[in-house]
Amino acid sequence: MIQRLGRNPIALAFIAIALLIVVGSTFAIVPETKQAVVVRFGEPQRIINRFKPEQEFGQTGAGLAARIPFVEQIVWIDKRILSVEMDQQQVLSTDQLRLQVDAFARYRIVDPLRMYIAAGTEQRVSDALRPILGSALRNELGKRPFAALLSPERGQMMDNIQQALNRVARQYGAEIVDVRIKRADLPDGTPLESAYERMRTARQQEARSILAQGLKQAQIIRAEADAEAASTYAEAFGKDPEFYDFYRAMQSYETTFVNNGSGEAMGRSSIILSPSNEYLQEFTGGE
Amino acid sequence: MNRFFGWGARLGAVFNENKGGPWGSGGGSGSGGDGGGPRNPWGQPPRKRRPAGTSGNVTSLDDFLKKSRERFGGGRFPTGDGKPYWLYGLGIFLILWLLFTSIHRIGPEERGVITRFGNYAGTMGPGIGLTFPAPIDSVQKVDVEEIRTIDIGSTDASSENLILTGDQNIIDLAYSVRWNIKEPQLYLFQIANPEETIREVAESAMRAVVAGVSLDDAIGSGRSDIEQRVAQVMQQLLDDYRAGIDVQGVAIKQSDPPAAVNDAFKEVSAAQQQAQSYLNDARSYALQLTAKAQGEAAAFDKVYEEYRLAPEVTQRRMYYETMEKVLSRVDKTIIEAPGVTPYLPLPEIQRRTQQGTSQ
Repeated sequence: MIQRLGRNPIALAFIAIALLIVVGSTFAIVPETKQAVVVRFGEPQRIINRFKPEQEFGQTGAGLAARIPFVEQIVWIDKRILSVEMDQQQVLSTDQLRLQVDAFARYRIVDPLRMYIAAGTEQRVSDALRPILGSALRNELGKRPFAALLSPERGQMMDNIQQALNRVARQYGAEIVDVRIKRADLPDGTPLESAYERMRTARQQEARSILAQGLKQAQIIRAEADAEAASTYAEAFGKDPEFYDFYRAMQSYETTFVNNGSGEAMGRSSIILSPSNEYLQEFTGGE
Repeated sequence: MNRFFGWGARLGAVFNENKGGPWGSGGGSGSGGDGGGPRNPWGQPPRKRRPAGTSGNVTSLDDFLKKSRERFGGGRFPTGDGKPYWLYGLGIFLILWLLFTSIHRIGPEERGVITRFGNYAGTMGPGIGLTFPAPIDSVQKVDVEEIRTIDIGSTDASSENLILTGDQNIIDLAYSVRWNIKEPQLYLFQIANPEETIREVAESAMRAVVAGVSLDDAIGSGRSDIEQRVAQVMQQLLDDYRAGIDVQGVAIKQSDPPAAVNDAFKEVSAAQQQAQSYLNDARSYALQLTAKAQGEAAAFDKVYEEYRLAPEVTQRRMYYETMEKVLSRVDKTIIEAPGVTPYLPLPEIQRRTQQGTSQ
């Protein structure tokens, strides 16, 4: 028979192709990144490579899987962490401040069977989670003042949102890994403008206070210098006030009548002396 | 044997050109001969048939096969020396297939992640690695050394990436995240879209950290602190996801107040400059004054020392020297009548002097 077969390559090729088809539809390669739901005529039979927490790769159910050809079909479901992103939303805080919030949630399908029954595809799970993420966020943020968004309290808030979201996600066989606010901005227009205005005035105030401080410091420095100079003078001249008086008078005459040290033109001086002046004592013959 | 060949011939008919068009008589090869007839939709004349091969009802494919069979040794698969060419071809193909799919060269910066029927079976280090051939094992090479960069926000003036700070101010921030792959199998299997995930995590971490610092810290001294904390938070989050990613660092490229309030910020730095110049002026005044005082005091001390040695003489000497200097430069008038207060025509005197000098 084999020999007969060998004589007819066409027959051989057909048998080979048929075999390949049967083998191909019997065995399936389940990669690490997917979970497989085996469905017989639309009825789920078993799950291959189901996600288990703390399971190392290599220990998972991934690998070769067999099924009844043509009868059982495999529905592939992602095993990795998936992301659902919320559209930007305006949220009103308790102190009536508007905020533009943008958040994302990460989830994983932990119950492929539920997910297959309830949603069918990952896309539909995302679509179902998205509005709920939005409303959970609005609820949670609406209970708090604006400042709480910028505080460590934010962590608690995120946990609450995650819990709320998880309740819904579980119905779709998914589990929320993480919810995070990506952006929280003031909306364009009045809120942003008034924030800018506040920043501007705060800066102007700062500028003025810096100037005033500078002036104050400068004055203190000058006064300190004056005081120091005075004390230097006092220390030196205090040794003999009488001589200082004389010494300074001499300097002063010179400056006043001859040059004032600045090189500026000075008024002409005329001096009228009485012969009894001390300077002229000898002039008059020492009377 | 006959039965089998009959089947073969019927099969062959499938490959035949269907004599007489697609809806022509189906029994061409079976009954042989007649071929086209009045049933032919396009009324092609049967003459148009290709010339028959060796026997009347054998088609071109049959013909070809038969010929090849003859060429390969009379339709037998011979054992021993005379193996048909296509077996050689198949053999070579299989060997090449084995070689190419079971020997893997992993570059020094790469790791090879082996999956056996999809199941993770280990990671190959750099060098030459052996695996089972293709359908069983497959290897994905991952570059673990390359530092990848994700930029968030831009330093262009046109676009702003506004972030709220802890004191409810707004800054325009641009930064980049550098990361590489730590564990290739986690990177490949754990997260659906790793790059996007890193970007989102970075944005979220940056906003969370900036929300905890003041505006002045964010645009000034606190930058490096922010960078470190963002990298830490990111690493924490990615480890929670078991993403197999190592965050090498976060670099803040730009951290400015938004363009709309930039002028006010410039005013502050202008004020700082102004204040600084006030201080400089005051300091230079102080230096000058102190130096002058010290100089004068020192000069007085010197003269005083001299004076103490001979007070009377020194005093008189100084007096005369000064008077000399003073009186030699000024106009002098000496009035000799004691007890009389004369009328002094001062302008007259001046005029005289002027005349005196002009003459």
